[in-house]
Amino acid sequence: MSADMNNDIIISVEGLSKHYKNKAGVIYALDDITTDIRRGEVLVIIGPSGSGKSTFLRSLNLLERPTEGTITFEGVDITSPESDINKLRQKMGMVFQHFNLFPHLTILDNMTLAPRKLLKMSDYDATQKALELLERVGLQDRADAYPSQLSGGQKQRIAIVRALCMSPDVLLFDEPTSALDPEMVGEVLDVMKSLAKSGMTMAVVTHEMGFAKEVGSRVIFMDEGKIIEEGTPSEIFDNPQNERLQSFLAKVL
Amino acid sequence: MYSFILANRVLLGIGSWFADKKDEFYMNFIKEDRYMYLVNGLWMTLRITFFAVLLGIVLGVIAAIVRSTHDKTINEMRPGFGKCLLIFFNAIVKLYLTVIRGTPVVVQLMIMYYIIFASSTNAMMVAILAFGINSGAYVAEIIRSGIMSIDNGQFEAGRSLGFNYIQTMYYIVIPQALKNVLPALANEFIVLIKETSVSGYVGIMDLTRGGDVIRSRTFVAFMPLIAVALIYLIIVVIFSKLVTVMERRLRNSER
Repeated sequence: MSADMNNDIIISVEGLSKHYKNKAGVIYALDDITTDIRRGEVLVIIGPSGSGKSTFLRSLNLLERPTEGTITFEGVDITSPESDINKLRQKMGMVFQHFNLFPHLTILDNMTLAPRKLLKMSDYDATQKALELLERVGLQDRADAYPSQLSGGQKQRIAIVRALCMSPDVLLFDEPTSALDPEMVGEVLDVMKSLAKSGMTMAVVTHEMGFAKEVGSRVIFMDEGKIIEEGTPSEIFDNPQNERLQSFLAKVL
Repeated sequence: MYSFILANRVLLGIGSWFADKKDEFYMNFIKEDRYMYLVNGLWMTLRITFFAVLLGIVLGVIAAIVRSTHDKTINEMRPGFGKCLLIFFNAIVKLYLTVIRGTPVVVQLMIMYYIIFASSTNAMMVAILAFGINSGAYVAEIIRSGIMSIDNGQFEAGRSLGFNYIQTMYYIVIPQALKNVLPALANEFIVLIKETSVSGYVGIMDLTRGGDVIRSRTFVAFMPLIAVALIYLIIVVIFSKLVTVMERRLRNSER
């Protein structure tokens, strides 16, 4: 990849807001967020719970509908009614906190369902691709198992490769290790690290500060629906400017 | 010696009881081929139930999908023609569910037969429609509860892979929902088999009416009615067994 490609903006977020009305008035889940995600970058989003970081991530593929602002993905404004969000989502993989594997399908079928039905891949090609990916995460022998037969860490690794089966241009991670037992966090983070190394564009909401420091190319700190501070991991962790970030880091580190 | 006489008496007593019952059996079922009332009645009951079940599933699934689509997506939908259409269909389905579940099936059957299809001579067809439409309302609520019981994460996972709403429903949500509600659906069909016993109200010769006709000929109630009850019981037990087997198969496929 050329240096120019590395700076290529893949997702551009402008003035993104989401508000609800309730008895107390208007609540801003997201308040005027503007940022870019570049190709090959690992963007880590941190912040206290309720800060809007998950809402922000989920609005990138419109699982949450923002009330204002635009999101441009590979040059297409996905918030406009004319855009085909289903087509666009094929290029934006998502990994959830609770894995969300399909319990009625085998691991292999979990992985090949979308490529077969949406990309019209042949059974053979889809299976080959799935088996290759399973081997990469060391689970090739579980292809015919059902999700309920796997541990949490294994499930999350499968969820990651299920998203990869669609050959996405960007992967969104919504607290991928928060529902795991501590001893299983490592295996999932390892998969994410090797993905990052391979040049995958990733946006990760996480509480794993070690991962953010080691793998993140940029860190965003959010609170009350706003981006409070944004910078490289060393800027954020070693030299935090904002008081709220300082107190947040003092609590979690 | 006494015990011998006593035993003899008892045996004779049992013997004459059996002889009585044999006569009664002959009179109720064999004479003038009266058992054919039960055979033909059973055939009629099974046909009505079978087609009503099919109709009920079709109506129920459609109604359930309209209702759950409405409940899940109406807040997220952009205003437009699609939204108006969905609100309209949802209102129709709600009305259907309210009317059908709020009135007795016998009344619905009689309204169908004597009012809506008053000119029809095909009573069986009218009964199938009436029971199918009735069953659909209950099936709809069962399937809707099944769809709503599936974790929203399943839905989001499907959408995040690029499936549209209908594909997500078809490949991911409905298969799991149906599996979850299978026992409740089976119960609904068992109820339906028994509910068709009111078909006699519109002159259909179903199983219950068959037994009743025999009773009216022989003036004996015991045998024909017990026979009718036994036949219903056997069908229901067989059906329940089949469902248990099917459920176990489905569960095995997931473990």
